[in-house]
Amino acid sequence: MTGSPALHAPLVEALADDALIYAQRLGEWISRAPQIEEDMALGNIALDLLGRARSLYTLLGSLDGTGRCEDDYAYWRDEREFRHVHLPEIERGDFADEMTRLLLLSSLDVERYAALASCDDVALAGIAAKGSAESRYHRDHARLWVLRLGAGTRESHARMTAALVRVAPYVDELFTDTAAEQAGVDAGFGVLPSSLREPVLGFVSAILTEATLDDVPDAGWHSRGGRDGIHSEALGYLIAEMQHLTRSHPGATW
Amino acid sequence: MSTDGWPLWEVFVRAKRGLSHSHVGSLHAPDAELALHNARDLYTRRQEGVSIWVVPAASITASSPEEKDSFFDPAADKVYRHPTFYDVPEDVEYL
Repeated sequence: MTGSPALHAPLVEALADDALIYAQRLGEWISRAPQIEEDMALGNIALDLLGRARSLYTLLGSLDGTGRCEDDYAYWRDEREFRHVHLPEIERGDFADEMTRLLLLSSLDVERYAALASCDDVALAGIAAKGSAESRYHRDHARLWVLRLGAGTRESHARMTAALVRVAPYVDELFTDTAAEQAGVDAGFGVLPSSLREPVLGFVSAILTEATLDDVPDAGWHSRGGRDGIHSEALGYLIAEMQHLTRSHPGATW
Repeated sequence: MSTDGWPLWEVFVRAKRGLSHSHVGSLHAPDAELALHNARDLYTRRQEGVSIWVVPAASITASSPEEKDSFFDPAADKVYRHPTFYDVPEDVEYL
């Protein structure tokens, strides 16, 4: 095997946290989407991401030497221990905001999981192959909506434009390499986020153009530090909701 | 977003190769492409199908319940229309 378990662990943790936190955010749409059909669509995507996070946490427990299970990672870590980027954690906006965020995150997932599907870690490669296929569907869902909202009515176009302004500050962080990722690639394992910038944003730009929208605008500031456990206020509320049941009733089953 | 204007679509799913598409239900969607996406999410979550058709409900011309007698009853006593005089070989599924 190229690399080592200790080398893989932070990469797997980052992927798992990205998936879990976005699953939790997307789950908020159930009963709030414009149509019951869309409730189901976003719920399905959230469940795909949750399933992916569960597999990754299980793998992580064997990689980082702690033997923790999926629930330990999801329910018994505090804010500073989560290693996802900021984009999935920011508060749910309107439907245009969500489709924009989904387009970006799913496009990133398609590329990075496709790259990992051929890695030497068989377990991770299996999760990645499944993840890449799932994310192609998620991306297609976002694409269909961005095209319709962008080229739809004056109102939907304006909301898409506002959504692009809202997500813009969080885009750079998606493609910022961490020391762990650099160390992994130096050892022949994993993929550098910076190398995915062009394919991901190229895909997104093509969709935006087709949707008669301008590209993601330049932002006056950029989020950073998510991979080091630095998060925004929004995460506190998100994990409080996600964790309170387990923490109030440890070991409860139903 | 107003969804009042979203038309109704009828969904047909083929469970496996060799079988025909069967009606499984209906849904709302603004256009055919999204109707297909919604159908995938609503009706094939548990690997129920290998192929999906969506058809605008408005495009389906249906027989009316009032015409039931004239449409269907005349076939009742025409036994020669049914292949009941053949033995079906064993192991022939879906005949």
